[in-house]
Amino acid sequence: MLLCCIADDAAGNILVSSALVNCSQTLPSFTAQRLAFHKFEREINENFGIEYIDHPWLKPVRFPQNRATGQSTIANYPFFRIESEELHEVGVGPIHAGVIEPGHFRFICNGEQILHLEIQLGYQHRGIESLFLEKKKLLQRTTLAESIAGDTVAGHTTAFVNLWETLCGYEADEDLQFTRTLALELERIAIHTGDLSAICTDIAYQLGSSVFGRLRTPVINYFQSWCGNRFAKSLIRAGQNHFPFNETLAEQLLKMLDAFEPDFDEMWAEFHTLPSALSRLEKTGVVTKEQVSNIGTVGMAARMSSISRDIRATHPHDLYPTLAHEPIIKHHGDVYSRTHIRYDEIKQSISYIRRLLEKIPPENKDRKALKKPAANAFSISLTEGWRGEICHCAITDERGELVHYKVKDTSFHNWLALALAVRNNEISDFPVSNKSFDLSYCGHDL
Amino acid sequence: MISLAMILFASLIFTGVVVRTKSLASGRKGPGILQPLKDVLRLLRKGTVFSETTSFIFQIASSIYFVSVLMAILVVPFGQSKGLISFDGDFVFFAYVLALGKFFSIISAMDTGSSFEGMGASREALYSMLAEPAFFVLMGSFAMLTGHTSFHGIFTALHFSSHVSYALGVLATFVLIMVAMIENSRMPIDDPKTHLELTMIHEVMILDNSGFGLGLFTYAVNLKFAMYGAIIANFFIGDVPWYYAVLVFTAVQVLFAVIVGLLESFTARFRMAHNATFIFTLTSASLLIFFGVLLLMGKFI
Repeated sequence: MLLCCIADDAAGNILVSSALVNCSQTLPSFTAQRLAFHKFEREINENFGIEYIDHPWLKPVRFPQNRATGQSTIANYPFFRIESEELHEVGVGPIHAGVIEPGHFRFICNGEQILHLEIQLGYQHRGIESLFLEKKKLLQRTTLAESIAGDTVAGHTTAFVNLWETLCGYEADEDLQFTRTLALELERIAIHTGDLSAICTDIAYQLGSSVFGRLRTPVINYFQSWCGNRFAKSLIRAGQNHFPFNETLAEQLLKMLDAFEPDFDEMWAEFHTLPSALSRLEKTGVVTKEQVSNIGTVGMAARMSSISRDIRATHPHDLYPTLAHEPIIKHHGDVYSRTHIRYDEIKQSISYIRRLLEKIPPENKDRKALKKPAANAFSISLTEGWRGEICHCAITDERGELVHYKVKDTSFHNWLALALAVRNNEISDFPVSNKSFDLSYCGHDL
Repeated sequence: MISLAMILFASLIFTGVVVRTKSLASGRKGPGILQPLKDVLRLLRKGTVFSETTSFIFQIASSIYFVSVLMAILVVPFGQSKGLISFDGDFVFFAYVLALGKFFSIISAMDTGSSFEGMGASREALYSMLAEPAFFVLMGSFAMLTGHTSFHGIFTALHFSSHVSYALGVLATFVLIMVAMIENSRMPIDDPKTHLELTMIHEVMILDNSGFGLGLFTYAVNLKFAMYGAIIANFFIGDVPWYYAVLVFTAVQVLFAVIVGLLESFTARFRMAHNATFIFTLTSASLLIFFGVLLLMGKFI
């Protein structure tokens, strides 16, 4: 059975349609009508062997395991080629010089100018989705969700626990929702600050690189003092709260933020008025509104080009309804827009945290236990992580056991935006464009 | 002789001062002044690995590059005392012996057959080519002003003319600092610290070098910095006893290193396409010097 879920931002609901198909069947593709479907249909083709008649390019999404056919490997993968004496190809990766994840980038360049970029990922494929079915304990599944992408622990875990609680018909207490909302906003501050540092590093602006880098530390250290892990692992659990928030923690958090904000503002004021930095950021890596809506990017990669797409506003979960979130929108779709969004979102998150701390819900000492997941159920959960929309879906059988689990990280289809962003740019601007998107490799590869 | 000794001495600490300045500017303690030197010594003690796709060019390039820098240093004078070699037109020798070393580093990068190194080599060739007129217009102007065509002749004669020559000296210092930054592939042209092959110039050309060869390339950067520092110092030394000259020389070198460190701390690297434009403006700055010289000599009516 094929299920197609589309979120309707205007109405704030999710449209689900389904069709029964046979895996050996050949189908017409949605991609022929709408580009945004291309990645999903490629994934369906790869995982289940369903052939599409009019899909333009069924290139592999990931490499090893879990494939319907085990034929294609990176060795025989047909990269896009241009036969020309004047153009040259530059292949980067899969192993990179920095401490980043593996991914292969193949540029076709005219001198310093990029004509085309093909991104091939899949080197980090760990079989997360099938592991969700194999691992039967809730704790195992939760830690699995925590490990989908190391930089989005709060995002993916919230998506998972919300999904699980829905499957079990469990209404999360306010203190659980508080923990999740606070963790998501803190994670946003931490990663955005780290990204600002990395953007400065990539344009060789040492002051910004070291100051933003230092500012990220107190935020992740706060997670450490709250739950014992700097990336918020073990903080979020379905139907449980091992680290209830209290007044002492709130005081610490306010103290941390009070120290963070002035330094952060000062550094930003310095950075976003520095001509040499602006000349690197402005008009670099532009993705137009039209391209963005064709690809259907989500999160920051949509908000950078005048598209208001934010789960916190359209499908609010946890305590977001009380915060009445207003998405931050930029209009140029360039590296500068993506940088500026980060600053604004950090400031917004800080103000949300201050509002949340005004009313800390007391811990529910007498919590109900989780029931078994409902039988024959389909459940979907949307979360706005720092990068953008995260979607988890699950289907259960007649005994309430998981039969299918699907994860869609923000990065999954946003990668195409990067490939389009760098066209006609200088090849030496690729790193800063890449960093301004900061997409996840393992979130994509699963 | 004293010039060679002083440049060698300055080269020992130059990069250390740059690194220390950058560390302090970003709020870190930073390594000791001698750390870059220790790194070079460590590299020199290591064995070398040669890629199978490379030819003998790759193997000799690092030595030729290093020796070319040493040769260039020999003609640089120190205040009133000549360099080890000094002859008429030695600044032309200076420029082209450096170009020879650069030529070998470029073809050795091409020799590896790596697309990264090819890109680095093409950038390096372009920028050196654009920086060349700036250097020659600058030195040519001073040659015209003083009537000498050797470094030593130019620098000794320069200090006996009017104070306007000091103004020209300041402008020349700016051009020389920038030429040094280009020649050494430092900010704002190139970022020596980056790990991103796609944005490198010099670093990407020596990606395949290891051990001894890499040590030579690394130390040549120190030598080149000290060498340009020495040329700049010569504009300010004047006719003073040698112990003052040593003080001025050291002060200029340290100041130069600190300026490099600060420049690298508080600005971002240029966009690659802007580099060419920027380097070409150095030629206009040199032309200003040329017109200043014409003015001094009363050739303008």
